[in-house]
Amino acid sequence: MTPGERKSLIKGVAFISPWILGFLAFNLYPLIASIWFSLCDYSVLSQPVFLGTQNYVDLWRDPVFWKALQNTVVFAAVAIPLSTFLSIGLAVLLNQPIAGQGIYRTIFFLPSLVPAISLAILWQWMLNGPMGLVNNLLRPFLDLLNLAFHIQLKAPDWLNDPNFALWGLILTGLWGTGQAVVIYLAGLQDVPAELYEAAELDGTSAWQRFVHITLPMLSPVIFFNVLMSIIGALQTFAVPYILTNGGDGPGRSLLFLATYIYQNAFDYWNMGYASALALCLFLLIIGLSLVTVRYGERKVHYSGK
Amino acid sequence: MKFLLTPSAALRFLGLLGFLFLASCTPKEDSRISGRLVLEYWEKWTGFEREAMARVVDDFNNSQDKIFVRFLSVSRVDQKMMLATAGGVPPDVVGLWAINLPSYAENNALMPLDYLAKDAGIRQEDYLPVFWKLCSYRGFLWALPSTPSVTALHWNKKMFREAGLDPEQPPRTIAELETFNAKLTRKNADGSLAQIGHMPQEPGWWMHDFPSWFGGASWDGSTKLLLDAQPNRHFFTWLESYPKRFGGPAMFELRGGFGNFASPDNPFFNGKVAMIMQGVWMNNFIKKYAPAGFEYGAAAFPEETEHPGAPLTIAETDILVIPAGARHPKEAMQFIAFVAQQKNTEKLCLGQHKISPLRKVSDEFMNHHSHPYLKVFQSLANSSRAQPTLSLPTFKEYANDMITYVNLVLLGRMGADEARVTMLARQQKALDAKVDRWNKVAPVRVALWEKEIHP
Repeated sequence: MTPGERKSLIKGVAFISPWILGFLAFNLYPLIASIWFSLCDYSVLSQPVFLGTQNYVDLWRDPVFWKALQNTVVFAAVAIPLSTFLSIGLAVLLNQPIAGQGIYRTIFFLPSLVPAISLAILWQWMLNGPMGLVNNLLRPFLDLLNLAFHIQLKAPDWLNDPNFALWGLILTGLWGTGQAVVIYLAGLQDVPAELYEAAELDGTSAWQRFVHITLPMLSPVIFFNVLMSIIGALQTFAVPYILTNGGDGPGRSLLFLATYIYQNAFDYWNMGYASALALCLFLLIIGLSLVTVRYGERKVHYSGK
Repeated sequence: MKFLLTPSAALRFLGLLGFLFLASCTPKEDSRISGRLVLEYWEKWTGFEREAMARVVDDFNNSQDKIFVRFLSVSRVDQKMMLATAGGVPPDVVGLWAINLPSYAENNALMPLDYLAKDAGIRQEDYLPVFWKLCSYRGFLWALPSTPSVTALHWNKKMFREAGLDPEQPPRTIAELETFNAKLTRKNADGSLAQIGHMPQEPGWWMHDFPSWFGGASWDGSTKLLLDAQPNRHFFTWLESYPKRFGGPAMFELRGGFGNFASPDNPFFNGKVAMIMQGVWMNNFIKKYAPAGFEYGAAAFPEETEHPGAPLTIAETDILVIPAGARHPKEAMQFIAFVAQQKNTEKLCLGQHKISPLRKVSDEFMNHHSHPYLKVFQSLANSSRAQPTLSLPTFKEYANDMITYVNLVLLGRMGADEARVTMLARQQKALDAKVDRWNKVAPVRVALWEKEIHP
């Protein structure tokens, strides 16, 4: 290394050092500490007592952990595809050259500006069984169905019925698709118009153009959004926590891994067990992200390549 | 391109940042205002309850010129105290709930008050036994009561009259409660519930204490949970009868339409539920939110077996504690002892419209109190059968599980026995782990506390 290069290196390190310090103090240290705490009985105020793998054995045998994991995975598996299809569909519609396009875009983006806490409180009312807006909209359709088919369908009690609570949360999640729509819209603007022109000259239908041009050209954006959604969905905490007033929901139907970690760490003072849970969540996120990246590499079409 | 900031200057800048960071981490000097030592006091209360304590704090600050108490309302004060104590910067005095005591004491988060309290002239015999008991754990005194409460049955007299019941005669046994319940419950044409006499999940705040009304308790006070004992079996069987009689989903559907507790849509005020278990504070909300002319009564909650003359109640209390590692324990105790003086305790409890935790109650307190059933609550607190709320080192896990399983039983999704046995297996294991940890650290902890109370 020449003196000039060394000088540049020192300058570079000096300028990046605030981030390095932040990373060491607020990311790496907590990660290493939580690995250690996960092997201990630790309650924050007393010294950790080494337990070996006991917390992991307990976790394996803990039905509440499995319930929280199941809820987390089911939520991610349903909410991510649903919100992806919905936001791509909305983005394609909002990309059509119609009057008031900007106004429609703003309207669809606005809900994503609502903070998670306000959103949860709002949906607590919207999903209320007897009085909520969602059921008031549903009831006329259910009445029609009941009349037509002589059945007795009732509007669900979203937040009190263990069968519907998770679906209520998924519905709540769709409220915030505006952010993804904006990213898809930006991606759609990037698709070269000449590709559509050439396809039109070849006599393709709108659907064929969507499947063979739009989707491949949009695939890097879809990949990014899906990856971010997986990470976000697996860490779901604020909305179900508020929806259930800090509880687990009926029959623990709204207990997620992140909530269970929080309960163990800050309600039950089982920081060691919470660290073991957090590490499991970390590995789950890393694992699913790696699978997504590996799969994405094969399916994503980069126009620059 | 020429950098204005040379590498050595950048490093010096970073060094300065590091120094400032470290300086902010080092213990601060005693904070003083006009030469007076500042005590940090964190409380959970807001609104009129905060104002009542603020007046007592002002009285203390005006009563002497050595200490100044800085009073701060803190949300989720129990968690924040835990984190501040773990970080080595706890406040000097904190207002917690008595249910926090076992886990906080076992985790060495609190300072034992035995010596400090004795030195400050605080005497056990000045307090109603149940409240002193709530402040003690494993043979040490950890707190003093600030504003206490006991639970009682509250009933809507208008709904009683409409159902053909005597509005002055509340049920005295669980069997009577259910007879009244059947008379007070109304259904809509479609079979859904329009109103109900009583449902255990409204408000459902004392599920962990309910076995007491069936003649038992939730644990043996040392290592064993009693979910398998007869009273708990009876309690769960009683719960199981609700979905059979009223329909699980129907009860939850009715409950889904209830408004916020602190609002005119509270189901007790708007005639959706006729009988509820509530604490002494309920009158504050009735005065503020219930419709004009709302008539209610308050009496001991009915038991499975009647015990004339000695009513049962569950007592709980807000408490004042000194966190472990607090820097001015003597001055903190001076403030707590001031609050504990009869005059100041009564001022605080009057301001919050609660009962007094003290044995001696002044005529002024009784005459100025706005609660129409003050005597009922005060005599419940005085009863020889007044019991402290569940005092368990795994309280939060236990209470959380109890709500989950009780709701599953009330929904009709789980049988009483299955719920009880599943919960017992989970919670006994959690308790065993805490007991095991306690047994490991107890000799050192107790020796430390002994040293602290006999310095």
